[in-house]
Amino acid sequence: MIRRLAQRTMIAGHRRSGSGIVVLWCLAIFTWTVALAADAAPAGSSNSCIACHQLQHDKRLRQPAVGLPNDVHFTKGFACQDCHGGDPTGGMAESDPSLAHDSAKGFVGAPTPAQIPEFCARCHSDVERMKQYDPKMRVDQLQEYRSSQHGKKLAQGDAKVATCISCHGVHGILPVADTRSPVYKTNVAATCAHCHADTGYMGPYGIPTNQFKLYRTSVHGSKLLDKGDLGAPTCNNCHGNHGATPPGLTSIAATCGECHANNREFFNQSPHKEAFASLGVGECTACHNHHDIAKPADSLLGVGPGSLCITCHSEGEPGYRAAALMSAKLDSLKTTLHTAHDMLEHASRGGVDVALGKFDLHSADDALIKARTAVHYFDTAKFDEATQAGMVAAGNVVMLGREALADLRLRRIGLAFTLPLILLLALLLYQKIRRIEGR
Amino acid sequence: MTGSPTKSTVAAWLDERLGWSAIKEFAQHKRIPLHRHTVWYYLGGMTLFCFLVQIGTGILLLLYYRPTAEAAFESVEFIMTDVRFGWLVRSIHSWSANLMLFFAFVHMFSVFFLRAYRKPRELTWVSGALLLFLSLGFGFSGYLLPWNQLAYFATKVGTDILGQIPLIGHWLLTVARGGDEVSGATLTRFFGVHVAVLPMIATFFLVVHLAMVQKQGMSVPIGPSYQNTRTMPFFPNFALRDLVGWTLALGILVLLASIFPWELGVKADPLASAPAGIRPEWFFCFMFQTLKYIPSHVLFMPGELLGIIGFSLGGVALILVPFLDRRAAREERNGLMTAIGCVVILYMAVFTLLAYVR
Repeated sequence: MIRRLAQRTMIAGHRRSGSGIVVLWCLAIFTWTVALAADAAPAGSSNSCIACHQLQHDKRLRQPAVGLPNDVHFTKGFACQDCHGGDPTGGMAESDPSLAHDSAKGFVGAPTPAQIPEFCARCHSDVERMKQYDPKMRVDQLQEYRSSQHGKKLAQGDAKVATCISCHGVHGILPVADTRSPVYKTNVAATCAHCHADTGYMGPYGIPTNQFKLYRTSVHGSKLLDKGDLGAPTCNNCHGNHGATPPGLTSIAATCGECHANNREFFNQSPHKEAFASLGVGECTACHNHHDIAKPADSLLGVGPGSLCITCHSEGEPGYRAAALMSAKLDSLKTTLHTAHDMLEHASRGGVDVALGKFDLHSADDALIKARTAVHYFDTAKFDEATQAGMVAAGNVVMLGREALADLRLRRIGLAFTLPLILLLALLLYQKIRRIEGR
Repeated sequence: MTGSPTKSTVAAWLDERLGWSAIKEFAQHKRIPLHRHTVWYYLGGMTLFCFLVQIGTGILLLLYYRPTAEAAFESVEFIMTDVRFGWLVRSIHSWSANLMLFFAFVHMFSVFFLRAYRKPRELTWVSGALLLFLSLGFGFSGYLLPWNQLAYFATKVGTDILGQIPLIGHWLLTVARGGDEVSGATLTRFFGVHVAVLPMIATFFLVVHLAMVQKQGMSVPIGPSYQNTRTMPFFPNFALRDLVGWTLALGILVLLASIFPWELGVKADPLASAPAGIRPEWFFCFMFQTLKYIPSHVLFMPGELLGIIGFSLGGVALILVPFLDRRAAREERNGLMTAIGCVVILYMAVFTLLAYVR
C-alpha cells in the first residue's frame, strides 16, 4: 500500500507543474495513511529511506527495506538514520536521494567489513544505552571479538573473516531467542558451517572443514539437532561466540567442565592430568574426541574389546590392572541394577504396586551415573567408594523387588486356595438344590 | 416348630415383635415361573450382589482413605502397598463396580426385551432406571477418588459438559467442582456424594425396587406359550440358585482382582497436560464418543449442547418406557420396541468400541 502510494507521489511530483491538485490529493492520502500506520507500526514507517529503498530494482539496495520490519532494532524504535545517519524526511518529495544521503546530516552509508564491529559497538558497548533495552545483555562483545581469531585476522586486514553481520545478519536481525535467527541455538552450527565447511573459502587458512560433519554425528549434535535438546552444546558453547577461539590442549577439561563439572573435577585430581599434559595429549579429547564425541560406552573402560585404556596401558602395568578392576566393578553394579529392574518389572506386571521400589531405583540409577563419572578419578579407591554407594542402593531395590515377588507369589497361592474353595461352595449349593428338587 | 426349646422361645419372641412368620409364610408361597427365559431373572440378583460387595469393600476402604487432594493418592497407595489385603479390597471394589454396571445394563435390557415393565410393574421399571442412573453417578464420583492423572482429566472433561447447559451450566459446573476448576474441593464433594448422598438415595430406591419385585412377583413374557408355565418355589429353590450365582460371581471377582489388580497410575497434576488418548470409564464411552462426532455447531445450536439434550431425552424416554409402550400394556407384542432396543444396544456397543480403538 505504502509502496503504491509512494509511487503515485513520485509520479505526481514529476507532473507538479500540470497537476497540482492531484499532487496535493495524493500527499494528503499519503500523510493520512502514514499517520494511521504510525499508531500500529514502529518508528520508520514514514521513513523516506524505507519508502525509497523498497522501490529499488537492485536487490542489494532493496533488501534493507524489505528485511527491516522484523529487525529487533527496528521493532524497538530504531530507524535507518540511527545507524547510517542522514535525513529520513528528505529526498522523497523531491525525488532527490542526495537530500537524504546528506553527510552534513551525519550520513555515513554502509560500513566496510573492517568498520562493522566498531559500528555495532557504538551502541552495544554502551552500558547506559543498552540498559534501556536489555539490562541483561553483555556489552563486551567488541572486546571479546578483538580477542577472537576472527577479530585478530580482521585487525590484520583480512576482510574475509566473520564480523557481527556474518552471524547475526543485517537489516532483519532477529533476537537470539527467535528460532529463525541464524544464532538461535539449533542454527548456530549451520551458521558457523556456512564458512567453516566451505573448503574453497577456508582453503587459505589451512584448517579442517569437516567440523560440522563430525559434530552432526556426535552425541551433542544428535541431542541438539535431532532431539531438540537445547541443553546440548553447539559450536559457541565450547569455542565462545564473540571471542571464538579453539581451546588449548590444557584447557579442554575446563571447556568440557562447563557442563561436565564433576568429570572435570575428578580428572583434574587424577594422575592423567599431568600425564596427558606431559605427553601433549588433549585432556578429554584424547578418549572422547572433540567434534565427533560419541555417546560414551562402558566398553571404553577396561581391558576388553573397544577399551581405550589398553591403547596406553599394557598387561602387567598398574594402570592395566586398575582398568580391569574398575570395569569389573562397574559390570557388577550394572548386573545388580539389571536384576532390580527385572524384579520390579515382573512384580509390576503381576499387579503388585512397586512405586516405592521404582522410586528407590531412580537413586540406584543415579548411583550408576555417579560411578561412571567417578571413572575420571582413574583411582580404584575413589572409584570403589562410588560403586559401593551404587551397590547399596541397588541392593535395597533388589530387596524390595524380592518382597514384591514374594507378595506376588503369596497372592497366587492365596488365589489357588481360595478359588477352589469358592467353586466347592458353589458345587455344594448345587448339590443341595438337586437334593431338594429330587425329593 | 421344631428344634431346641431355647431356639423356639427366641424365634417366638422375635416373631411376636417382627412378624417373622408372615415373611416366612410369604417366602414359602412365592413362586418363580419356569420357562426358557428364566435365566434372565438372576441378573437383578447379580447386580444386587455386586452392590453389597461395594458396600462391604467401600466401608473397608473408608478406614484408610483420606479425601483431600494432598492425601487421597497417597492414602490409596498406602492401602495398595501397606494395608494387609488392601490391594485385594480396592481391586475387588473397582472390579465389582464395573461388574455391577455391566449386570445393571444387562438386567435393564433383559427386562426391556421381556416387556417385564408392563402393567402393573411400571414403577418397578422406573425405580430400576433411576438405580441405573445412580449407579452411573457412583461410577463417575468414585472414579475421581484415587486422585490420579487419568481420573483428574476424565473428571475435568466430564464436568466441562455440565458447563454447556444453557443458563444454569456455569452454576452447575461450579457446584459440581466446588469452583471453576477440578481441585481438592471437587474431590471432597465427590467423596461426600459417593459415600453418603448416593448410597442414601440408592438404598431408598433399592428398597422400593425390591419391595415391588416381591409384591408383583416375576413377570412372564408376552405370549400364550408363557401362560400357565411350571413354577418353582422362591425359597429355597430360586434363592439357592441365586446363591450359586453369587458364589460364582465372587469367584470371578477374586480371580479378576488377583490376576488384574486395579492400577493406581500416577498422582494427578493439574499443571500437567492431559494424557494422550484420555477417555472416561467404559460405561460413559458411548456418550463421550458421540459428543466427539457431533459437529461443533448444528444449525443454531452448539454441538455439545445438542448431545446433552439428546442424552437427557434418551434418559427420560428410558424412564417412560412402560408408559410409551401401550401395546405391551395390552399384552400385545411390539416389534418396534424390540427394534429400538436392538438399535440402542448396537449403537452403545459400536460407539464404546470406537472410543477404545480410536
